[in-house]
Order: sequence, then structure tokens, then C-alpha cells
Amino acid sequence: MTDRVKRLREISTTAVPSISMERAKYFTEAYKMWEGSVSVPEMRALALRHFMENRSLYIERGELIVGEKGDKPQAAPTFPELCCHTVEDLQIMNDREIIFFRNTEEQREWHAKEIIPYWENRSIRHRILSVMTDEWRDAYAAGIFTEFMEQRGPGHTVCSDKIYNKGFADYKKDIADAIAALDYQHDPEAYRRREQLSAMSIACDAIITLGHRYEALARELAEAETDESWKSDLLTIADNCAVVPEHAPQTFHQALQMYWFVHLCVTSELNPWDAYSPGRLDQHVYPFYRRDVERGALDDDHALELLECLWVKFNNQPAPPKVGVTLKESGTYTDFANINTGGITPDGEDGVNPVSYLILDCMDEMKLLQPSSNVQISRKTPNKFLMRACEIASKGWGQPAFYNTEAIISELMAAGKTLADARKGGTSGCVETGAFGNEAYILTGYFNIPKILELTLYNGYDHYTGKTIGLQLGNPEDFDSYEKLYDAFCRQMEHFIDIKLTGSAVIERIYADYMPVPFLSIITNDCIATGKDYNAGGARYNTSYLQGVGIGTITDSLSSIKRHVYDDHDFTLRELVDAMETNFENAPDMFHTIRSSTPFYGNDDDYADDIMKDVFNFYQKTVTGRPNVRGGQYRVNMLPTTCHVYFGEVMLASPNGRLAAKPVSEGISPDKGADTHGPTAVIRSCAKMDHLRTGGTLLNQKFTPAVLAGKDGLSNLAALIRSYFAMDGHHIQFNVIDRQTLLDAQAHPDEYRDLIVRVAGYSDHFRNLSRALQDEIIERTEQNFG
Amino acid sequence: MKTAAETTNVFNIQRFSVHDGDGIRTTVFFSGCPLSCAWCHNPEGAASSPSLLYSAEKCVGCGRCAAACPNGAISFYDGRAVEDFAACTACGKCVPVCHADARAIAGKPMTVDEIVKICVADRMFYEQSGGGVTLSGGEVMAQSLDFLLPLLQELKREDIDVNIDTSGYAPYEKIAAVLPYTDAFLYDIKSVDSEKHMKLTGVDNSLILSNLRTLSDDGARIIIRVPVIEPVANCTDDDMDALAQVLDGVCFERLHLLPYHNTGIYKRKSLGWLSSQSFTTPSQEKLEALRSKLLSHGIRDVRIGG
Repeated sequence: MTDRVKRLREISTTAVPSISMERAKYFTEAYKMWEGSVSVPEMRALALRHFMENRSLYIERGELIVGEKGDKPQAAPTFPELCCHTVEDLQIMNDREIIFFRNTEEQREWHAKEIIPYWENRSIRHRILSVMTDEWRDAYAAGIFTEFMEQRGPGHTVCSDKIYNKGFADYKKDIADAIAALDYQHDPEAYRRREQLSAMSIACDAIITLGHRYEALARELAEAETDESWKSDLLTIADNCAVVPEHAPQTFHQALQMYWFVHLCVTSELNPWDAYSPGRLDQHVYPFYRRDVERGALDDDHALELLECLWVKFNNQPAPPKVGVTLKESGTYTDFANINTGGITPDGEDGVNPVSYLILDCMDEMKLLQPSSNVQISRKTPNKFLMRACEIASKGWGQPAFYNTEAIISELMAAGKTLADARKGGTSGCVETGAFGNEAYILTGYFNIPKILELTLYNGYDHYTGKTIGLQLGNPEDFDSYEKLYDAFCRQMEHFIDIKLTGSAVIERIYADYMPVPFLSIITNDCIATGKDYNAGGARYNTSYLQGVGIGTITDSLSSIKRHVYDDHDFTLRELVDAMETNFENAPDMFHTIRSSTPFYGNDDDYADDIMKDVFNFYQKTVTGRPNVRGGQYRVNMLPTTCHVYFGEVMLASPNGRLAAKPVSEGISPDKGADTHGPTAVIRSCAKMDHLRTGGTLLNQKFTPAVLAGKDGLSNLAALIRSYFAMDGHHIQFNVIDRQTLLDAQAHPDEYRDLIVRVAGYSDHFRNLSRALQDEIIERTEQNFG
Repeated sequence: MKTAAETTNVFNIQRFSVHDGDGIRTTVFFSGCPLSCAWCHNPEGAASSPSLLYSAEKCVGCGRCAAACPNGAISFYDGRAVEDFAACTACGKCVPVCHADARAIAGKPMTVDEIVKICVADRMFYEQSGGGVTLSGGEVMAQSLDFLLPLLQELKREDIDVNIDTSGYAPYEKIAAVLPYTDAFLYDIKSVDSEKHMKLTGVDNSLILSNLRTLSDDGARIIIRVPVIEPVANCTDDDMDALAQVLDGVCFERLHLLPYHNTGIYKRKSLGWLSSQSFTTPSQEKLEALRSKLLSHGIRDVRIGG
């Protein structure tokens, strides 16, 4: 890593997250100036342009890619038109111990005076919460589901190669052509299209203005600069900004700067979930790399340094400050910008190129949480690339995660995409599948599957809110067979899915009508051609996802009931339900029976895994294919972010012995401590789910560093990945355990039943080792890390 | 109903076993061993019948085990259960009632089909990693051929790579019988010094060493595994010189030096065995030095660890 990058990385990782009020100021000014006199899309575009014309600029000494979302690194803008924070919200953001955003008394006073009076009753959040039905509110309060768009915009949007082939001046011309081609006589929507297209044109001006302002600033700084080297860099920055974003990039450096300007505009226009992602960056910028290298203008060291400067930019932008349930479902600074490296080309050939390896080097050297750097592994991916990715993953900080190219393509084609569009696709956010550049695939919320069973067992009554909120389908005594109980569970699930999707239909309409995103629409196919907004169905494909959470917990809970209540008659359903209410405190024998002799998911045991399949299939079929407002369909994926913690908080103890308020299982991983037969058994269980009918699943695996040590360790890791992917697994990531976790495992062995450690010449479950040997391994691991 | 002839006792089947041969493997640990190595790290596999493992340090003194025991083998002292291993028949009644997970039975009867079913489950992982199944123990070669041959034939019918991890202490006819179904032998040499071998393992090593030569002559793929146990076995340059001399003329693929580890101590205690000699794990430097010594004798591939 060069000294330049070291310094920029240091700034990025030590800057204190703060709130920037600038965006709120200029957007509010713009609304006051223009609202009512122009159409809604034009209003949005004018606000973006006004912001870009007036916002402060920031060039850090030494950086080679310029532009920040806020006024400095780690400064997060606010979006009052979506979510108008109260003064108390700001105070909480300032004071909370984790995921804080510092803001000053002066900022809070200004916000109270200028922002709150204008936005508090006009924000989208206010609008949404005031039109939701009572049953939606009850379910939301009970933690049956979350609502993604209640304080952030529709997102999970990924860049295609569009921005590298054309500049925004070219797009302005395309837009003008589209306006000229409108047929007002035969198309009743023509005028609405015109408003939308006109807004896109204004949004082009917004980004072009930003580029030229940076050009001017860089020249101004260069003139006053005495350090020849930095002066020369500043002039390069100025020259780059003279080209991009107005025109198509000509060099590798300009291509990266182009992406970054686009990223800033997408994430300033609205605060879409998962920011914005470069997608297949290695393939997009490879032509520039090759041309620059061939003409002698670029070598690998410099290309790596430029990529690292871009990485710093991603890391400088914390996720927008969240409050309430939304903070709980995604309690992190990470904004999930996600880079897919590898995979295959649009022609179906191996997509790994020299830039792919540079991105791996960049990932390895930078070790930053953002951007989320992932690899797509296809059958055609060379082992050299997979092994290098495994080597980085074995260092234990969770990146890269591994995605299955063939599964992604099948998932996309199962959802109606063409082969050509599917090959250009990938995953973004956590694991969500999308047709990059062609699709608006919007996450609507997490769905708490285990809680549905809890409501069913208590005849619709929710202990968390103290209300009867579910269908009343019977008391425990009424369910005289497993099938009757399971049927009631399914009806209860369908009921709440109906409530959730009814709410989502209203929310999607609100966004379509009041929160268009003309800038994002420029770069998403086919919004210009159709004259429709990204949020209103303008994209080629329009998917809405509902994310199922807790498949491990629900499977184990049903397995426990089936085995102990109906098969073996160890206890009655009433006794179980009563014990759950007391957190099993009055039923230690029952608790022990459940924990020690229930077939749990994650052990390659069909007794449990068949139940997993039943629940997944029902959930998947109940959601998939329902229409959304944007002309597309609903689909499911299976991921939690941090929502499994929140969903656990709103629940009593569950029938699998999970105690009250403890997290439910995450992703499609087994519940903590449930899997005791090692990683191959986990993978086999997980692969029994039909991943290809989802839009993504998430599997975490834990290892200690020594299990993966050496070439043999990496080869085995690579083989695990290839095996899982051959079974159509969608995604896998690895936790390589550190000392702290081992200490925790020692204190809470039951929660780490699946933890495998390398002892000496063989591996064993950590829980099966004596205290002394555990101590020895903990010490040894520390040395390994030292 | 399983009859005794159709089953044998297995004390563990470890999936994702990555240190007993190439690639990702499933290792089947059979109960029963004719050797009694002083450092044995799998003492629960020594007996051919099931054994009770009891970890006193986990006991919470609730008394459920004593109530469940039909043999009166459990008493209490100082708030913890004390096991009378002589009276224990390893019936296992105390295991499910123990809330502290302090009790387990090592060894349960399994049929060929049951073992094969588990082994076949991970076929995909074997194929991707070049792995397979390793039969270990205990001592796999102490198993009856009436059980072993059908098991091996079934695994080969499934086209699974099979390794046999053995001390080599068995009549050669038995080894010859399994050879056609075995892709590699992981062949342990505890000590080449016959006196020392007798003292440390309870058996003479001449059969082991002659079997090794015959196996080599018969063209088997052999991987030698040598435990390094300080201060008693394979821990000096002289030991390495003697080892190299014995291996001269034996055709083997590679040699692994396996450093001593102390898990055995804990398990011995759980089995009610008296603690024996204490050993130490060799340092990395020591292992490297031993490795160099072997290399100097012309042994080309010497690895540290499994």
C-alpha cells in the first residue's frame, strides 16, 4: 500500500461519523422555490441540481478520486422529505453508544427551526404511517415484519456498463430524442412521460455541474500548490473532471471517477437501500485498463492505487442515519455497496480478467468493511482465482463472500429475465439477485416466520404488544395432530403476508407518485425509452422482495413439536406452550429433552430438513408471483441483515428451546448450536432448500484460522464452495474465528456447538475439549493472529 | 433387529475430516485396539465394547444419573457424581437424563448399510476435493473381515476413495484381503525400536514392520505416519536415523510427523483410567529439525501434521 493510500485509509477509518445538514438545506430551499409550479419529477430533479450547484466541495490532499456525500468523510446527509427526524432523534443519534452520528446543538436548533416545520407533516414516512391500516400497525408493532421504505428509498440498484460508454451530455441528447418522439395523439401518458423525461434532463445537468465545479476547484488548488507532485495530481483530477461525467471516460482513472460521480448523485437524490453498487466493476473497467496499459500510461501498481482510492471513497460514506425499527433491522454503518468480481461475461465466457485480481489485491490490502467485496464463482472460474479469494477469506474478516454464478443466472431466468440480461446480473446488498442496470429489485421488509408459529400457539394473541392480532384458529388442545397445527400455522402466515403486501402496495404507489428518482432513471434501462420513472415501473424488470427470516428457528421449533408432542408424547402441546411462557424456567426436564434429543436443521437429517422444505416452499409459493404496483412481481429471499436479533427480541421462548428475546436464526444458517455434524452436513441441509426459486439466500460458516491453514486448508475450503455451488447453493461466507469468540465459546459452549478448532494434527469441536486445552488453543490462536 | 454379526461398534463418524488423508473425508472410528499406546489420543476406542465417558468437571450434582443407573455405579462426593467404572456396564441410561451433558457413551453398534449411508452423503465433497472415506479406530484391522469386506465392497461399489488408517498390527492375510479395496494405507510407525515399542504400546513391532515391507512389495499406496512424543518416541536424531534405516527399501508416498497432543489425557480421565506418564508436545523447531534429518536420508516428502 502506498503512503498516499495509507493516509487516506487512516482518515477514512478514524473520521468520526457525523450529520451533514447541507443536503436538507438545499433540498428544502428548492422545494420552497419550485414546488407547485413544476411537476413532481421536475421538482425532484431541480432539487438535486440546486444541491449540486451549491453544495460544498471537498478534496482531501493526496486523493485521486474526488467527491463526498456529505461535507467531509463520514458525514451523512439527511433526507427530510423521506424521514423528518425529530430533535430527539438527532439527540439519540448523537448520544447512542454504537452507530452514532455526532451532531451539534446548533445543528439541532437549525433543524428544529428550518426543517421540522416544513417537513414533519409532509415527509413520506409521515404519509406512510398515517395511511397504514390498524392491522398493519399492530403487526408492525409486534415485529411480524419490518418496512424497508418507511425511512429509506427503494433501492438495491446496481450499475451496468452504461455509464462507461456514454457521458451525461450524450444522455441529454437521448432524452431530447425521446421527448421529440412522444406521440401525444395516440399515447394518453405522453405528457406524463414528457415531465419525467424533462426531469431526467435536469438531472443530467445536476451531475454535469458537479463535475465542472470539481474541475474548477482542482485547478484553483493546483495553481496555489507548491508541492509539484500534488499539483500534478490536482491537474489530473481537473482534466478528468473536464471529461467525466459530461462525456464518456477515456482512461481507467476517468472510468473510476465517472462511477464515483454517479454513485454520489444516486445516493444524494434519495437514500436508496444499499446505496448504489458498481456491480461487475472488473468487467466494466477492463477495456480502459487494457487500453491504458497497452499505450504505456498505466501499470498494475498505479491501477491498484486508483482502485484503493475508490475503496476509500466507499468507506467514507456511512449508511444514512436510521431510527426505530429500521435501525434494528440494519444496525450498521455499512451501506452495502457491493462489488461483484469474477463470474462470466455477457457472452458466457469466464469473466476473470487482470482487473479481477487487482480487485482481490485491493480487498486484501484495504480490509475495509465498505465496499462489500464479493466474488462470483462460476464453473468456468479458474482455480487460481478461487484459491486467491479463499486465501483472503481465510484471513478471517469475512470478505470476500462467495456467490454462485450459475445459481444467479438460473434465479434470474426463473424470474423471466433473458439469458443476456441474466449473465450481466449478480448480487447486491447482502445476497439479493438482480439484473444489473435493467432491474428495480426492491426489498420491502423482513418477515418473522418463527413468530407466526408463536401467534398460532397462542390463538392469535401477541405477548409483546398484549393484543390479539392474529387469526384465532384454536387453542393448543384443539390441535390433535401435527398436520392440524401445521395447517393453522400456514393460514396464519398467509394472513400476515396479505397484510404486509397490502401495505407495500400503498407504499410503492406513494413512492411512484411522490418520490420519483429521475437521476437513477437515466442510468437504468429502459426508463428513457418508456419515459417512466425507476420508482414507477420504468425499469425493464420490476421485482419486489420479501425477506424470510428465521428458517432455522422455525424448522427446529416445528421439529421439536412433531417429535416430542406428536411422535413420542414426551409432553403435551399445552405443557409446551405454558413452558414457553415461563421461558422454560418451570420445565427444566422438558427443556433438556428438547435441546438434547430433537432433530435439528443443519445436521443433514431429513426429519428436520423436510420440515424446512415444507415451510420454505409454503412461504415461497405464498409470496412469489403476486403482482406489485410497478408491473412486476413479488419474490422471496432468505436473509436477515441484523433483523434476526430484533425479531428475537419481540418473541417469547420458542418450542426449540430458544429462550425469550434471544435472536432467531440468521439467513438460512442453522440456529446457534443446532448443528453438530460439521460443515458438510450444514451445507447438505441448506442445499435441500430450492435456492433457484429465491432471489438469494445467505449462509454463514464458522472456522478457526488453523482449519483453513496452508494450501491444503485453502483447497478444502475451495472444494466446500465448489460442492455447495454444484448443489445450487446461492451464497456462502466464512467466519474465521478470533480469540474473543473463542473466549465467548468457552463461556457459552451451548451456543457454539458447531465450532470446529484445529487442535494438533487433527480437528475437533471446541466444546469437546477440556478447559485446559481450550485455554491452550485460545493462547495459540492469539499467537497466530499476532 | 440388528444381530451382533451384522454390526460392529463405531465410536465416532467424523464428517469434514481434513487431516486423515487427502481432501475432505469422512473418518469412521471403529472400537477396539490391540495396542495400548501410552499416549493414546482416542482411549474411548480402546475397548471393542461401548464405554462410558464421564466428565466430572461438567457435573452439577443434580443426582438424576444415580437415580437412572440400574447398577448402582454412581455415588456422590463433594457435590459431584463419582463413577464406579468397574460396576458400570455402559448401558447408557444415565446419558439422556444428564442436564449438564457430562455423560456420553462411546461406541454404538452400526451395520454396513448405516455406515455407508453416512459416508455416501458427502460424495460431492469428496469429488470436489479429491477426498473420500478413511477407516480408522481403534484399530480398523482388528475388525472381523466378515464386516470389513462387505463394507469395503459397498464403498467401492459407490466408487468412493478409501483409506485405511492402521497400526499394521494384524495378520498379513487380513491386510492382503482388504488391499484390493484400499486406495491408500495411512500406516503408523510408533517406534522402530522393538523394545521401546513393546514398552510403549504393549505389543512387539516385528509383525508391523514385516507387514509394511510386504504391503510395499504388493504395490500398495502407503503414507507413513509417525507420532512425535516427547520424551519417549521419535524425538531424537537417532530415532530418525533408525526410522530411515527401517524405511529403506519400503516404497511409500510421503511421511507425516504427527506431534503429540494432550486431548487423550482428558478422555482417559473421563473413562476412569488412571493417569499415566506425561508427555509434551514437540516445538515447531524440533519438528523441523526431525524433518530435516529425514530429508537428509533421502526421504523426499516429509510433512508436519496430519
